[in-house]
Amino acid sequence: MAATSDSLLSWFELALWRGDRCLQRNLTGAMVRGQALTVRGPNGCGKTTLLRTLCGLSEAEHGEIRYGGKLLAASRHKMYATLAFAGHQTGLKADLSTEENLHFAAGLAGGSTRFSNLLAGLGLQYCARLPVRNLSAGQRRRAALARVLASGREFWVLDEPFSNLDQAGREWLSERLEAHLSVGGALMLTAHQPTGLPATKEQVLALDGNTG
Amino acid sequence: MIRAFWLILERELALTFRRWSDLALPLMFFVLVGLLFTLAVGQDKALLRAIGPGVIWVSALLAGLLALNRLFREDFEDGSLEQLALSEHPLSLLLLAKVTGHWLTTQLPLVLIAPVMALGFDLPLAGIYALVVTLLLGTPAITLLGAVAAALTCGLRQASGLLALLLLPLTVPVLIFGARSVDLAASGESIAGPLYLLGSITVLALTLSPFAIAAAVRISLD
Repeated sequence: MAATSDSLLSWFELALWRGDRCLQRNLTGAMVRGQALTVRGPNGCGKTTLLRTLCGLSEAEHGEIRYGGKLLAASRHKMYATLAFAGHQTGLKADLSTEENLHFAAGLAGGSTRFSNLLAGLGLQYCARLPVRNLSAGQRRRAALARVLASGREFWVLDEPFSNLDQAGREWLSERLEAHLSVGGALMLTAHQPTGLPATKEQVLALDGNTG
Repeated sequence: MIRAFWLILERELALTFRRWSDLALPLMFFVLVGLLFTLAVGQDKALLRAIGPGVIWVSALLAGLLALNRLFREDFEDGSLEQLALSEHPLSLLLLAKVTGHWLTTQLPLVLIAPVMALGFDLPLAGIYALVVTLLLGTPAITLLGAVAAALTCGLRQASGLLALLLLPLTVPVLIFGARSVDLAASGESIAGPLYLLGSITVLALTLSPFAIAAAVRISLD
């Protein structure tokens, strides 16, 4: 999709490097509100690097990124005020409980501090007071998603949100993602499995394997 | 913005009190190194008095180094650091809160226990007073400088040796002014000069290093 005036985030001739290996070059595209951008591709093709680069966590070797029409360097602050990011690592402190982690995140980023419905939806209501280190990988993934869902932010960036989730969890997440999109939210995610989103609300960016 | 600072400081303190080892380890190390010196040197009071300030300062420095290793390591590994980097609040301020919490939990206890160690080295009252004041003034600078090095090395394996190599040369001025003031005070002279210099180093570190720490964290996350 070409960059248009209503695109939230657009990138032009992006080159992604990891160390001294070029993962992708000449990536050009854009994403709009209300439609998910799903990044697909084999392991090691640069999905996570693309997400981190578009968020400004990693520096792009070449190319430019625009948020709301302005270069990311100038609009980074504006973007971070609307962004909720869940990466490979959960961003939760293992010694604090899920509740404490969510309260901290809500305090830092703003957003709802009433988690009981959300935690019940995620099946975490009985372990909300346990330290995160005692949770299973799937439960930790759920807790990390709870942080994003409770954030009230407009722009969600999720790196493999479906990994470690069971069938019910995946369906629940698909519903929540669709609900977010239908109120005009923006979403960028990587996934290996089908996301369960309707085709009209999903734009797939397929990265190919090693380009050398 | 100020609220974000307090939130992080509060979380740092809560995390440390959940895990007593974080609190106790530097403190035990500090006391043990001092104790070993008094045992090794023996009963010569004049010698103890002469080496006391230097030994206590070096012990504090090494205990601080021991704790600095963990300052950003865990946050880097569990993704908390990238969450802070993606916050709309200035990263330098958020990290300064973290470093403040680190100083309160790892360095302040050393300052408080230092008078007891000074008694072991037979330092006079004026020397003990100077020791506490210089440690209070000097350890924040060490923590702040150390945080820059810790931020640079938090993404590396086997970073502890590198951290020491990066940090120790930078701490030389703090060490010299700190230990020297205690010497001067113990022999009844004015310590205003070295205190002012120590204070200015700390103020300089406090104003400049948060930006360096933030930049170093962004490099580590890249």
